[in-house]
Amino acid sequence: MDWTYIQGILMLAGINMIAVLGLSLLTGFTGLFSFGHAGFMAIGAYVGAWISASPASTPAGMGLPFILAIVGGGAAAGVVSYFIGRISLNLKGDYFCIATLGFGEAIRLIFNNVNRFGGARGWPGVPSNSSFLAILIADIVAVLFLANLVKSRHGRNMIAVREEELAAQIAGIDVFRSKMTSLVISAVYAGVAGVFFAHYMTFIQPKMFSLTKSTELTIIVIFGGLGSISGSVLGALVLTALPEVLRAFEIWRLVFYGAAVILIMVSRPKGLMGGLELTPSGIRKWTAERNALRQAKATLLAEDSGRKED
Amino acid sequence: MVQFLQQLINGLSIGSVYALMAVGYSLVYSIMNFSNFAHGGVIMLGAYFGFFGLTLLKLPFAVAFLLASFGTLLVAIIVERIAYKPLRERKAPFLYFIISAMGASILLENLVIATIGPTFRTYPEVFPKTPIELGPLAIGRLDLIIFVISAVSLSFLIFFIDKTKLGKAIQAASYNVKACALMGVNTDKVILTVFGLGGFLAGIAGVFFGMKYTVYPQIGNITTKSFIAAVFGGLGSLPGAVLGSVLLGIIETFVAGYLSSQFRDLIAFVILIAVLVLRPTGIMGKVTEDKA
Repeated sequence: MDWTYIQGILMLAGINMIAVLGLSLLTGFTGLFSFGHAGFMAIGAYVGAWISASPASTPAGMGLPFILAIVGGGAAAGVVSYFIGRISLNLKGDYFCIATLGFGEAIRLIFNNVNRFGGARGWPGVPSNSSFLAILIADIVAVLFLANLVKSRHGRNMIAVREEELAAQIAGIDVFRSKMTSLVISAVYAGVAGVFFAHYMTFIQPKMFSLTKSTELTIIVIFGGLGSISGSVLGALVLTALPEVLRAFEIWRLVFYGAAVILIMVSRPKGLMGGLELTPSGIRKWTAERNALRQAKATLLAEDSGRKED
Repeated sequence: MVQFLQQLINGLSIGSVYALMAVGYSLVYSIMNFSNFAHGGVIMLGAYFGFFGLTLLKLPFAVAFLLASFGTLLVAIIVERIAYKPLRERKAPFLYFIISAMGASILLENLVIATIGPTFRTYPEVFPKTPIELGPLAIGRLDLIIFVISAVSLSFLIFFIDKTKLGKAIQAASYNVKACALMGVNTDKVILTVFGLGGFLAGIAGVFFGMKYTVYPQIGNITTKSFIAAVFGGLGSLPGAVLGSVLLGIIETFVAGYLSSQFRDLIAFVILIAVLVLRPTGIMGKVTEDKA
């Protein structure tokens, strides 16, 4: 276990973390489920690579600095998600989920047919710009932005929409707009993650952004716990490292992974953090809840024994 | 004109296989209101059961065929017991079912890769390859058999749902599971029946799919298209699933034949998006009002 190997896994976890945080806003805080975020990652990856690839490499890129690639990739994903949201956000529950699945796969199949970017064969020669430091900074910015957003008026509106859409609407919240803001921000996150991913792998192929990738992101969000930012961070770290840890089992590792997913759903549906945060106030809330529970139990027991004595 | 009819025949053949798969998605959706993505894995196992029945056990086709369909019936029920029953008892929201289904699908696919291996396998030739000549038209024997057996199986399904007591219970449960349980229907049994029926047809579909193309662990990804067909026809409606499947099969073969085979997969997703945007309940889907 040398440091470069661990660093590689941490970088991959950090990249996943950005996408997971975005999806966490959409799924955990707004209550919308997406199976198409790999599509937004694909848009970010391709646009970002197009901006930063040197003009000498095939196909001709623009050769602009990496920071512009991040901005451009994120913005492109955000713009596409806006138009997708315009036509699909009115769908209810399961149907929105299926629509995002359709859009995600459609984006992948379109990239399969864009010969300029190598089509299905993939596009080698993306500059290797994703450094450990850059990913770390991006993760910190992503967490801070999300933590503040969730506490802001917009974030509280989103939580209200998640809890009870109709009631939120009656209370005067523009439900559609809250959902749209959440979708666009989460798509920008996914796009930025895509840019980092492309510049980490230095080779991109539409196959990398399949339904399996979208599912993986959703699984991480649920594993971490819906409505918890620290849960998403922990989930991204644990679940990206898990297949690596299980690598000793070779072909059996994905069997264990599938079994683990079912087991989590069946046994601990709240996820790792279950809506709580790993912050001082979050821990205080957790201990307070536990104490309240213990007290309630104690009083119940006391009443019970009191009744027996009568 | 000849090419048109020829494409139509090919489309009907693949459409009928889609229909066998799509009714499985629709049956489960009609009662449990979630998209059972583990169904693709069950279909894939059906293709393998049939393949090993024919090659390893050297069974006659009819026996191997029954082995595959009863095998997948069992698998579908086991998946329900392990991955969904605990969630049902806890009344978990639909997303947990979908994630659990995804987990089951990952599990089944990789279990096959780990035990049998990722290689492509071709079915032994059961029916002669020479087509039946009908004037200028050539109808593949396999295509014809697929179409006939699919049509017969689907008729039996519709007969079962319409005429038997258990079928009536399924219909009642698809309107309202809770009220149905209050009327004394054993909903657990109804749900098991639904998974069993879907699994049985999945086995047939898997065998046909394997015979028409090849057998490999990722067949489950292709079956996403039959799910699209179910959405196209209207999730939760059996006639809708059949109609959507046949239409999708025909549209696909026409796009592949007249435009380009590269667009064949894309068109399926374009249809999916168009249907969801214009008419989310599909051609004949069940309308669920928003219960606030």
